[in-house]
Amino acid sequence: MSALAGALAAASPTVLQINFGAVGYGLAAIGPGIGIGLVFGHAIEAMARQPEATGRITLYMWVGFSLTEILALLGLVVPFIFHAS
Amino acid sequence: MSGEVRVEAAAGCHIFSGCGFPAPGLENFYFKPLFTVGSFGFTKPMLVAVICTVLVLAFFAAAFWKPKPVPRGIQNLGELAILFVRDQILRPSLGRKGDTYLPFLVSLFYYIFLMNLMELIPVIQFPAMSKIGFVVAPVAIVYVLYIYLGFKNQGAWGYIRNMWPSGVPIFILPILIPIELLRFFIIQPFTLGIRLFANMFAGHLLLTIFMVATWYLASLSIGLLFAFGSAVMVLFVFLLELLVDILQAFIFTTLTATYIASSLEPQH
Repeated sequence: MSALAGALAAASPTVLQINFGAVGYGLAAIGPGIGIGLVFGHAIEAMARQPEATGRITLYMWVGFSLTEILALLGLVVPFIFHAS
Repeated sequence: MSGEVRVEAAAGCHIFSGCGFPAPGLENFYFKPLFTVGSFGFTKPMLVAVICTVLVLAFFAAAFWKPKPVPRGIQNLGELAILFVRDQILRPSLGRKGDTYLPFLVSLFYYIFLMNLMELIPVIQFPAMSKIGFVVAPVAIVYVLYIYLGFKNQGAWGYIRNMWPSGVPIFILPILIPIELLRFFIIQPFTLGIRLFANMFAGHLLLTIFMVATWYLASLSIGLLFAFGSAVMVLFVFLLELLVDILQAFIFTTLTATYIASSLEPQH
């Protein structure tokens, strides 16, 4: 990825240096943003429909949240893993 | 913080004094050894892991050294701790006959929880699980456990056969079989470990960024207002990390119980 960034910078002197890691995280946060919204939204709706099931719904809500959250966090972590240097 | 960041921060590197922001990065996760035995360096994350192990063992030993039918003192807390894992984690997945796995799940949960909590305790401030090596150990134990239980309870062919349901159309099988094999043997342990690792890595990085920023922005000017804003962010991230710590320990243990349950009896 730094080869691409280097090529971009060399090709045009006015092009900003793009940090692809940061761009990658921004893109990676789109899906989980929608997903977590869905998880909590449906959980709240289910708890409103049937308040006595709140305990069980809360349990599954947290499980769903953490499984979805991991994809956004992988976007944060992967640029460090695949560091060009 | 690594050595270089500490030196720059201590040298009065603030925002309007001409030096750039010493952004925390991967180097914050590498530590110089506290002492060296031969070629083995004992670093701070290892110390954190040893402290956590000793604390968990000491707590449960103290609580249940001489257990009484009517609990007194620390036994109350120990029973509360075990009942939390049993009722919230074990019973939903495994039911009553999974109680044989309770000691394992209790130790796993409190070990991971305490390791995560080290991120927030002032002097230590490092979640050992943010280094992949410390995550590999529990993941390897869980992996070997559920594979072994699967082969023992369902037989070698039976375990693999039960990975896909019996009533599927025949043309789906060439896609379904590799995917299910991949999931059981590779993806499940990988995501189990990476979930914990990435959460702790990202959390430590967030906390470090805002703490360093609070120090960096605190020059005697409008910088104090910026530093105050950064300090508020530190508080928010602290509360978020508290939630994430207990949530990640809970998720790891719940998924372990789920994988054990799917090994004990056929999934479909």
